[in-house]
Amino acid sequence: MSAFRQPSVLPGFGLTLGFATFFLSAIVLLPLAALVLKTASMSWADFVAVVSSPRALASYRLSFGASLVAALINTVFGFIVAWTLVRYEFPGRKVLDAMIDMPFALPTAVSGIALTAVFAQNGWIGQYLEPWGIKVAYTWLGVTLALTLIGLPFVVRSVQPSLLEVQRDLEDAAETLGATPIYIFRRIIFPTVLPALASGFTLAFARAVGEYGSVIFIAGNLPMKTEITPLLIVIKLEEFDYNGAAALGFVMLAMSFLMLLSINLVQAWGRRHIVAARR
Amino acid sequence: MVGIAATGAAEIARRPGRGTLRSALVRWVFIALSLGFLAAVLLAPLAAVFATALGQGIGAYLDSFKDPDTGSAIRLTLLTAVIVVPLNTIFGISAAWAIAKFEFRGKTFLITLIDLPFAVSPIISGLVYVLLFGAQGWFGIWLQEHNIDVIFALPGIVLATLFVTFPYVARELIPLMEQLGNDEEEAAITLGASGLMTFVRVTLPKIRWGLIYGVILCNARAMGEFGAVSVVSGHIRGLTTTMPLHIEILYNEYAFVGAFAVASLLTLLAVVTLIVKSVIEWQASRTTGH
Repeated sequence: MSAFRQPSVLPGFGLTLGFATFFLSAIVLLPLAALVLKTASMSWADFVAVVSSPRALASYRLSFGASLVAALINTVFGFIVAWTLVRYEFPGRKVLDAMIDMPFALPTAVSGIALTAVFAQNGWIGQYLEPWGIKVAYTWLGVTLALTLIGLPFVVRSVQPSLLEVQRDLEDAAETLGATPIYIFRRIIFPTVLPALASGFTLAFARAVGEYGSVIFIAGNLPMKTEITPLLIVIKLEEFDYNGAAALGFVMLAMSFLMLLSINLVQAWGRRHIVAARR
Repeated sequence: MVGIAATGAAEIARRPGRGTLRSALVRWVFIALSLGFLAAVLLAPLAAVFATALGQGIGAYLDSFKDPDTGSAIRLTLLTAVIVVPLNTIFGISAAWAIAKFEFRGKTFLITLIDLPFAVSPIISGLVYVLLFGAQGWFGIWLQEHNIDVIFALPGIVLATLFVTFPYVARELIPLMEQLGNDEEEAAITLGASGLMTFVRVTLPKIRWGLIYGVILCNARAMGEFGAVSVVSGHIRGLTTTMPLHIEILYNEYAFVGAFAVASLLTLLAVVTLIVKSVIEWQASRTTGH
């Protein structure tokens, strides 16, 4: 034990670590291992046939493509919203700030039907887009919109603390010395918030790729067109094709691990970046 | 995730901006863009929930709750939350105590594993339990022989919900307890207090706001989870449909008032969750003396 942990007078290490590890294994790790084992029991040819079928490939394109676009929209608007909330005083600022977390608290099924109601052809916003030939509900645009809503808090909440940190004194000094606003943005603001933006982008993207509830109501769910990968897994399960579901689940799980890894790398890079910038 | 210190934000926002026309213009463009974006993707959908639910009058709204299936969906959701939230709270406290109070090898790895359910699609959270306990799953035949229902029954719904809400309490408590340090607990133990007493009298009062916040977030997610529960529930109307699943059934039957009426309850839950969160942040910033 002594090599495993540093000595402490506090009690309860064995009990709490033991319970936490047991519960973690029972609820999370063993079930995930079952997915990996199930996939491993398939023949390589079967696995490849499932995960590279045209329908699966089309679903990856939509899931990853729409998630990428949504994360980019969130990066731009997330910065604008965070900037507005941190730097400007206006009526309702605190309420707006609290509401940013709404997508965390709102059940995804509710966001799904609500977005569909607003952006359907006869919806509040959809009716004005219709004459322009823009269809949101039941197209890939709708998928992107749902994923944008889901990812919004990640970017805003990552960027907000870094905007507090951006030294306004530095900005003021730069302006006094004759720097243009664009120059100040490029040389002072942007470098300081870049790690937070990158981290928020990756978190929003990772969350969007696995999202299900809010998307299926607005997507229309046409095979090859508006069918996301998680929905394809559900369809396989409903057909009792456990192998197919496990294989696609394994692909998504592997992607999640890759994204978790990149989130950690991005955040580690961000910390180094900040330290280097302060020197 | 107890946001940014409200006082810091207010202080920076209150500083006099530059008085030039251009910065005033930039300011209004930023505020207009923010409000426009949030109104379209956040406020309009929220308003649409209540507008549709009440679209045919308050009578129709209230009538939709008389549907016995709606009642049983509400009961199932509450029952699930009553089982899941305490279990994940006990886990969260245990994990936070072990991780924040002690130095041991593999700590970072353990934290990554606890975070895992956040990174995994809710569909996978449900799928893994179907692979374990479903009819063709690893334990499927054994469970059938002993007449135990897991999938398409309450145990499956509870397991899937446990999985997706797994990290919430632990995530709140670990950074908080690490930041608070061990000094007071060590003093209490050295003076002869028992471990349990130290936790209840010394640690708990310090972490209570973070704990409450973690618990209400865990509860909101437990009551609102759709994807994972959808995979394991089997959608047996009136028996294994939680509130989010019942919304889907009603919506697909074009019973929009009913669907949005149930949705309005979950929306109110989300609003209350956010209000409690704001109050807690205000309390926390007051008690730490900012």
